[in-house]
Amino acid sequence: MSKARIDARFAALKAEGRAAFVAYVMAGDPDAATAAKILAGLPAAGADLIELGFPFSDPMAEGPPIQRAAQRALKNGMTLQGTLDLARGFRAGDVTTPLILMGYMNLIVTCGIEAFARDAADAGVDGVIVVDCPPEEAGPLADALDAAQVSLIRLATPTSDDLRLKTIVRRTSGFVYYVSVAGVTGVKEADAAEVAPHVARVRAASGLPVAVGFGIKTPERAAAIARVADAVVVGSALVDEIAEAVEMNEDVTQRVLSKVSSLAKAVRSARVGQTTV
Amino acid sequence: MNAPSNPSPVRPNDYSAYPDANGRFGDYGGQYVPETLMPLVHDLDAAYSAAKADEGFQAELAGFLTHYVGRPSPLYFAERLTAHYGGAKIYLKREELNHTGSHKINNCMGQILLARRMGKTRIIAETGAGQHGVATATVCARFGLPCVVYMGAVDVERQKPNVFRMNLLGAEVRPVTSGSATLKDAMNEALRDWVTNVHDTYYLIGSAAGMHPYPVMVRDFQAIIGREAREQILEAEGRLPDAVVACVGGGSNAIGLFHPFLNDAEVKIFGVEAAGEGLDTGRHAAAINGGRPGVLHGNMTYLLQDREGQIEEAHSISAGLDYPGIGPEHAWLHDVGRATYLSATDTESLEAYSLLAKLEGILPAIESAHALARLPEITKEVGKDGIVVLNLSGRGDKDVAAVAAHLGMEI
Ligand SMILES: Cc1ncc(COP(=O)(O)O)c(C=O)c1O
Repeated sequence: MSKARIDARFAALKAEGRAAFVAYVMAGDPDAATAAKILAGLPAAGADLIELGFPFSDPMAEGPPIQRAAQRALKNGMTLQGTLDLARGFRAGDVTTPLILMGYMNLIVTCGIEAFARDAADAGVDGVIVVDCPPEEAGPLADALDAAQVSLIRLATPTSDDLRLKTIVRRTSGFVYYVSVAGVTGVKEADAAEVAPHVARVRAASGLPVAVGFGIKTPERAAAIARVADAVVVGSALVDEIAEAVEMNEDVTQRVLSKVSSLAKAVRSARVGQTTV
Repeated sequence: MNAPSNPSPVRPNDYSAYPDANGRFGDYGGQYVPETLMPLVHDLDAAYSAAKADEGFQAELAGFLTHYVGRPSPLYFAERLTAHYGGAKIYLKREELNHTGSHKINNCMGQILLARRMGKTRIIAETGAGQHGVATATVCARFGLPCVVYMGAVDVERQKPNVFRMNLLGAEVRPVTSGSATLKDAMNEALRDWVTNVHDTYYLIGSAAGMHPYPVMVRDFQAIIGREAREQILEAEGRLPDAVVACVGGGSNAIGLFHPFLNDAEVKIFGVEAAGEGLDTGRHAAAINGGRPGVLHGNMTYLLQDREGQIEEAHSISAGLDYPGIGPEHAWLHDVGRATYLSATDTESLEAYSLLAKLEGILPAIESAHALARLPEITKEVGKDGIVVLNLSGRGDKDVAAVAAHLGMEI
């Protein structure tokens, strides 16, 4: 069922001739109740897919914004099981928007790989991205997720040559996530012209839609990427809105969702008057 | 791969045959790194294998170890310490006499020559006590390469002399304030730098930890300690020791001493972890004695972590041992029963520090003092006719301020 939800969403968007907008938020940021409200509001605000981070104490590929988001979430008691509860709650109110979990290997190993895969499927999760689990280490996880019909979504990067891409796309489904810059999340800025040939390469190697993320912060840049990729992922910029809203004592949910709206609008209008890719 | 919950491994015949082609020591090790870094660790693995097999590289390294580092380091019979405990004869492998004052330089010299061979032009490192940072800054100065050292802000505070030394050597020390602001966070930050500067940067890891090939490469560069000690004890006593002992942070000085003895069944092997304020207080740095297997910094190994798998802060008076993990080869040697991992508290280590100063005229690094602290039991177990070789991994000048503070004195 789960892989089908991702495939159906990308097929529908292809028919519409536009790229997907993917919103990344951290489970439990700033707290579980607010995160649940944000999640519930994301589809209406324009998120076509959702990536839900589960917080880890030592997120080695994350820049300061998402590091701090993880710390806020952990401080307020968020766990992997709590993340799955958020997913379940979201799924109860939305049966079409694909939901992807994103995080680090140690929590999955601690939970038990098979148990994690079953629990994720049961909570209505459609895909999983594990930042520190490259194909070489992913055998058991790929087996467990396959059995649970959850997609294992892989990362391709500027350092992935054609040979490496072959390894990356083996046993992947749903879509491939192209990390647009060599670096951590939320620091360097992605350049659409630079990214375009890589997206084409990854699409050709995988036969799957390609989402581009890392370093997309503004509606302008989101639109530029939407012209060359199948999906645009924004994370750090949303997480920063949460941090600022908390600090300024503003309505966190409203502030994040309005940012999502402006980014989604940019993605939706990016290809108007352009032939579809 | 699931964390091995009920380890019941088979004892292998040849310990030196590990890791396997996937960088695994049994269930431990591996390459759990972000995809951006995978091509880099593969490159490093290939470059290291080629260098290892290259006689020219080995000769160049041997030359620098002799003339720059000052090897071989002596194996010294500690007569008064032996008499004090009244058990086995105690020999100290004097790594503290190396240039820069610890074993860390052995590894740094090997890796800097490799970095040059690979055409890398910028060096980064993490450091806890500052010993590895100093050793890295030293070899970078010697070869004219820019050097950035990540160091937890807490450690910058408690190891000020080493920060100053690194600056004198031309390195930039970047204090790390994320997480617990100690060694594990410095390593996170170094990995973030590496993932950002993939083209020119060489990450010079300071212990036999992290992702493959670092555990095997660092072990190989440190194994000179054990090879020399083996030759020296045969020369002095005409036989192998009954036990070898070393402190374990990430585990590089320990595996360096242990490795050449792994296949000598008659040699007992003891690693000593930092028990901080005591294993039962929860404030310690003993990954094997107080942790369980998981994945951090690119490898599966024993870790201090909570039920959920969040990494817990390590606590030790010794900044060099203040790490919540341990190199994967030690995790495996523990599971298969080839090595025994003991622990020593802050207080026990401080006592051992003072004792060695008074009896032998040697100030040990507070890290090495953890190994010294278990000598009463080990020399007794081995007995009067026995021989124990202990790795004195570093000198203790860097620790005098911290020791004074703990003794309630001002200097
Ligand atoms: C003198 C000394 N010994 C031991 C260690 C611990 O490291 P390892 O376990 O890698 O030998 C350090 C680390 O800084 C050190 O400075």
